[in-house]
Amino acid sequence: MPELTFLDAISRGLWEEMEADPTVFLMGEDIGAYGGAFKVTKGFLEKFGPGRVIETTLSEEGFVGAAIGAAYTGLRPVVEFQFIDFIACAFDMIVNVAGTSRYRWGKGVPVTFRGPWGAGGRAGPFHSRSIEMWFAHSPGLKVVAPATPSDAKGLLKACIRDNDPCIFLEHKHLYRRIKEEVADGSPAIPLGRARVVRPGEDLTIVTYGMMLHRTMEAVAALEGRSIEVLDLRTIYPLDRAAVVESVKKTGKVMTVTEDTRTGSIAGEIAAVLCEEAFEHLDGPVVRVTSPDVPIPFAPTLEDAVLPSVKDIAGAADRLLRY
Amino acid sequence: MYYFLRLTRALDERAHVLQQQNKVVGGLFSNQGQEAISIGSAFALEKRDYVAPMIRNIGTVLVRGHSARDIMTQYLAKATSPTRGRDNSQHFGDVERTGVVAYISMLGTMVPVMAGMALGARLKGEDRVALTYIGDGATSTGDFYEGLCLASVQKLALVVIIENNQYAYSTPTSKQSLLENLSDKAKAFGIPGITGDGNDVLEVYRLAKRCIEDARAGGGPQILELKTFRMRGHAPHDNQAYVPKGLIEAWRKKDPIGRFEAVLGFGEAEKAEVGARVAAVVEDAVKFAEESPLPDGKEALQGVFEDDSIVPFTPWWRRDA
Ligand SMILES: Cc1ncc(C[n+]2csc(CCOP(=O)(O)OP(=O)(O)O)c2C)c(N)n1
Repeated sequence: MPELTFLDAISRGLWEEMEADPTVFLMGEDIGAYGGAFKVTKGFLEKFGPGRVIETTLSEEGFVGAAIGAAYTGLRPVVEFQFIDFIACAFDMIVNVAGTSRYRWGKGVPVTFRGPWGAGGRAGPFHSRSIEMWFAHSPGLKVVAPATPSDAKGLLKACIRDNDPCIFLEHKHLYRRIKEEVADGSPAIPLGRARVVRPGEDLTIVTYGMMLHRTMEAVAALEGRSIEVLDLRTIYPLDRAAVVESVKKTGKVMTVTEDTRTGSIAGEIAAVLCEEAFEHLDGPVVRVTSPDVPIPFAPTLEDAVLPSVKDIAGAADRLLRY
Repeated sequence: MYYFLRLTRALDERAHVLQQQNKVVGGLFSNQGQEAISIGSAFALEKRDYVAPMIRNIGTVLVRGHSARDIMTQYLAKATSPTRGRDNSQHFGDVERTGVVAYISMLGTMVPVMAGMALGARLKGEDRVALTYIGDGATSTGDFYEGLCLASVQKLALVVIIENNQYAYSTPTSKQSLLENLSDKAKAFGIPGITGDGNDVLEVYRLAKRCIEDARAGGGPQILELKTFRMRGHAPHDNQAYVPKGLIEAWRKKDPIGRFEAVLGFGEAEKAEVGARVAAVVEDAVKFAEESPLPDGKEALQGVFEDDSIVPFTPWWRRDA
């Protein structure tokens, strides 16, 4: 089995889907001969040709709209944003045209919107954002955020095969930092299901993306404590049942998100637990998040904003003792 | 063509009556005086082509094979309407049957989307053209530019008809652009742009045909500006007080239906014969729409995703203890 980085796994997933399904094609800026800003599509132009690897003009609203139109003709476009932050420029197309399409007139929009996402790279306010809730809050869109190479590959396949629009978030801090063995031709992994990364009895930590890795470090530091870690993997639809089931066992929940505090998925999880598992809770639902600030540029500032391993361990310890 | 001009006008007039009776749910955007643009251009398309109408293009969807019932049930938000009450007015379509793409309220969005339909057709090896309309006001949107920018370098078979009816709500075209002819915007993309008389259905047909066939032949996107005038307010609440005196009367003399009747040499008998056919179709549509039920509230939760289990959720206060 080949050992793949997070980035390689995404690239392989894309490659295998394009080989398997001739209706899958790519759109994005600099994705052709150059291979994309992060080289996810390196070699794709040579293999699949310019008909299926379409280098677009610098017009997010334009090429996202065009992807929706191409989907209406029966194709499955995969759209790369050079950085996911630029999805803001195509917001109208995604939330108003794509997200409502099936509901309005029965036309599903099988487009996957993907791109490098997340903070930690000293990239400043416009190349670091957590954009997931803009779309999770908007009906008709699925939002997927894997944390491991095998999940990235399997979930990307599921997004491409899905008949509704999916936003696939690739944490760029993980791109070349983590590796895992992932089989060639590995299957799609169903959307909307969280994964128990580690079982435990006394506390549940719900997280996703890069924060899964920080959480695992924090848990390792809290040696001897029985902590269950849940990787959401899909932000919308949220796997409510998995969270509720876990709490029934542990009685305590903490969420860890890189996303800013107000309106992050953490608040939704807390609300779900209040309604669905109130009688099982033995403590407050604690949210470890970034504060409501843009992601700053200087290393010291960025580090002050993002939840650290120490923050996570400290919060978990406190909640365990509650 | 004449039949569709008359049908479009009659449906619009009848819809305004229904609106006065408070039967129309939501907005009503008249296309009076602009019918020739929708109809001339729709006739110039081939059956396999794609088209996205905008608010003033009832004529287009009728020519493409949608019925007067579709129009009326949409206005009345009925369960029998093409969107089953999900979306307003002409926001409907049927890619497979009529090639009509449902547009949305955000003006400009259909330019990139139709560029994508032309792209999709090309990737599949089909020689379909995608056409959409845009108002003079909406040529100021980013979508107009971004869509045409992408379409031009990709040489997509896209035709954009600028329906220059002189006003965007209350804003005259002179406050949208300093250009005399909006078709000059084509220069920004290095594509052909022409301007014509939007109240002459035969000229519209001829120019649209040329653009459509040039696009089909690989000439890339085409801009066709058609000058016309919005004879009613933006919507019924708007009394057009901002339009200079005399302008509406001047344009009434250029009414596309009257002009086409003159070309056809139609007398009272011919006009009455078509009028009677049109009246029957409108009557049937109104009756059908009025007798149709409103959609069941339970349907509101269906069809957001292919998987209908995602959205419905029973909160605890509705569950059995
Ligand atoms: C992006 C966007 N902004 C504002 C509106 C509100 N609005 C609806 S119609 C209209 C005027 C449109 O003018 P024009 O494009 O010239 O088309 P016309 O109504 O004259 O056919 C406006 C401002 C809208 N629908 N979409």
